[in-house]
Amino acid sequence: MSRIEKRFARLKADKRAGLVAYVTAGDPKPTLGYDILKGLPGAGADLIELGMPFTDPMADGPSVQLAGQRALKAGITVSATFDMVRRFRTEVDDDTPILLMGYYNLVYQRGIEKFCKDAAAAGVDGFILVDLPPEEADPLKKHAVANGLDTVLLTAPTTDDKRLPAVLKFSSGFVYFVSVLGITGTKSASEETVRGHVERIKRHTRLPVGVGFGIKTPEQAAAVARHADAAVVGSAIVDQVKVALDADGKPKANLVPGVLGFVKSLAEGVRSVRKP
Amino acid sequence: MPDMPNTYRRGPDERGHFGIFGGRYVAETLMPLILDLEKAYNEAKADPAFQGELSYLAKHYAGRPSPLYHAARLTRHLGGAKVYFKREELNHTGSHKINNVLGQVLLAKRMGKTRVIAETGAGQHGVATATACALFDIPCVVFMGATDVERQAPNVARMNMLGAEVRPVKAGAATLKDAMNEALRDWVATCETTFYCIGTVAGPHPYPAMVRDFQCVIGEETRAQMMEAEGRIPDTLVACIGGGSNAMGLFHPFLDDPGVRIVGVEAAGHGLSTGQHAASLTGGRPGVLHGNLTYLLQDEEGQIKEAHSISAGLDYPGIGPEHSWLKEQGRVEYVSATDDEAVEAFQLLCKLEGIIPALESAHALAHVLKLAPTLPGENLLVMNLSGRGDKDVPQIAARLGMKV
Repeated sequence: MSRIEKRFARLKADKRAGLVAYVTAGDPKPTLGYDILKGLPGAGADLIELGMPFTDPMADGPSVQLAGQRALKAGITVSATFDMVRRFRTEVDDDTPILLMGYYNLVYQRGIEKFCKDAAAAGVDGFILVDLPPEEADPLKKHAVANGLDTVLLTAPTTDDKRLPAVLKFSSGFVYFVSVLGITGTKSASEETVRGHVERIKRHTRLPVGVGFGIKTPEQAAAVARHADAAVVGSAIVDQVKVALDADGKPKANLVPGVLGFVKSLAEGVRSVRKP
Repeated sequence: MPDMPNTYRRGPDERGHFGIFGGRYVAETLMPLILDLEKAYNEAKADPAFQGELSYLAKHYAGRPSPLYHAARLTRHLGGAKVYFKREELNHTGSHKINNVLGQVLLAKRMGKTRVIAETGAGQHGVATATACALFDIPCVVFMGATDVERQAPNVARMNMLGAEVRPVKAGAATLKDAMNEALRDWVATCETTFYCIGTVAGPHPYPAMVRDFQCVIGEETRAQMMEAEGRIPDTLVACIGGGSNAMGLFHPFLDDPGVRIVGVEAAGHGLSTGQHAASLTGGRPGVLHGNLTYLLQDEEGQIKEAHSISAGLDYPGIGPEHSWLKEQGRVEYVSATDDEAVEAFQLLCKLEGIIPALESAHALAHVLKLAPTLPGENLLVMNLSGRGDKDVPQIAARLGMKV
């Protein structure tokens, strides 16, 4: 059983949905980025998505774009991101799943096989690659499986019943439903929309369903938790980094507690919902 | 040794791949729409009514065929190959871009889309898209890097007059790459009603093949016109390459004529050794950006580098995937020309032939100035004069210290 499978089994036993917290690796700088990462399990994050900054994040809204620019400017690299995960596994815990989220070119340039080996060795559990649809996923899937890594594919409102099986075939760990048409951190879906799509996806798979895009408040996280197996929050968390920077971009003293306090409020929202 | 194909014109495969290049690297939200587009395009391509309407518009609206012109004074000046220009700059809207846009906007209508978006660098594709959208009465939004909005001001005014909304993009270096990011972000949010009209032979499948097909009229006409003028096909073809649509349009119909030497000219900016250039094939390596796997300017880890070129239309760190494949096959030679060489060529053409070329096309000309003198007098060389330079007049005037 992978860490991700174990975590979802545990959530099911606890009769609740999970909180997937997204942070951009190395935002606003590598040291503080690590302090945030380290504090996430304590703040109630059940799974962690660690964003790999990319110069051209085509599926991301302004919040995640800016977070990536801050981290790249501060010198974050893919290798440093792996180191961060390695340190997390020794210093924090060995249970909280960490997924790398980002764009395929960073994987492709390192070499798909080497990327998977390095990721697995560092303690990464899987990938969410925004620009890698099932049509192009064959090469990655092979090496991910060989290294015990999960590949979480995205489904969207435009992914109809006919196409869904193709996406699910490549997905493991859980499946990520993008609840709105659009980029990260902009629009929010209604609870009805989320319910309808989650029910539809569940007719096709026994994988847990995580729902993301546009979840900004503990109340919205709770609404998603009523229907999905996990709520994914990203832009609203990285916005908490942004508000803790002064006019010159220097971090204020309360940055890490501020971010983690917000994650805690989201976790409370998700945990307020009891599942049957 | 890789197997040499017996044709260079069969690609891409059913998954949109040219060898390892091309493909469909897009967010899942867009995948179903891209599959729909492919289906709609294949149906339209086989529909005589669609083809009939497109050729009617090409002839009566855009002014095709564009002339194949023997540049006699330039030929004498260079003292080598017999130089012809394929005069794409004489098309309506002033470049080859209209060939593709008419096809795509007709397809948008056919698919029932109610809004068109486009990215633009120099503004030529933006102007062409705004033009076709005015003609077909479809709302049009053009994404353009803020740097380009400034250096291509005349084209911004034209787009506005044609009723399009120009959205300046401030991210990154605020040029073509950033405009394309923003267009893709818009499309993800609006894909059910919006048609994305990509301006070059790049992006996810089917765009590289579709745009190529719409541009192949350039090469097909050239073949017929050269047969008429000289009784044989050309020996040498030269075209500039940003994304590579004007080049692909000229080259593709000749790929299987082994006697035809084909040369693509990338933008070398301040010089290849300075790192400030836009020559993806010469200075880059394969990677994934904007929906396709192709040669890209990037760092060790895969972060995309900013391109540099004096020409906004060539200022892009990638290139169409079929060009990447043709480079690896060795069928097309890819060379480059610097900013300075392009400006010099620009001035020479004004004086010798009375033609003000686009800065993009001036890169192709800069290479012709080097290549033609090395070739014998019977060598028939065709350069694609892909655009006219009115849009570049303020920029060149400023560079040369002239008052506008």
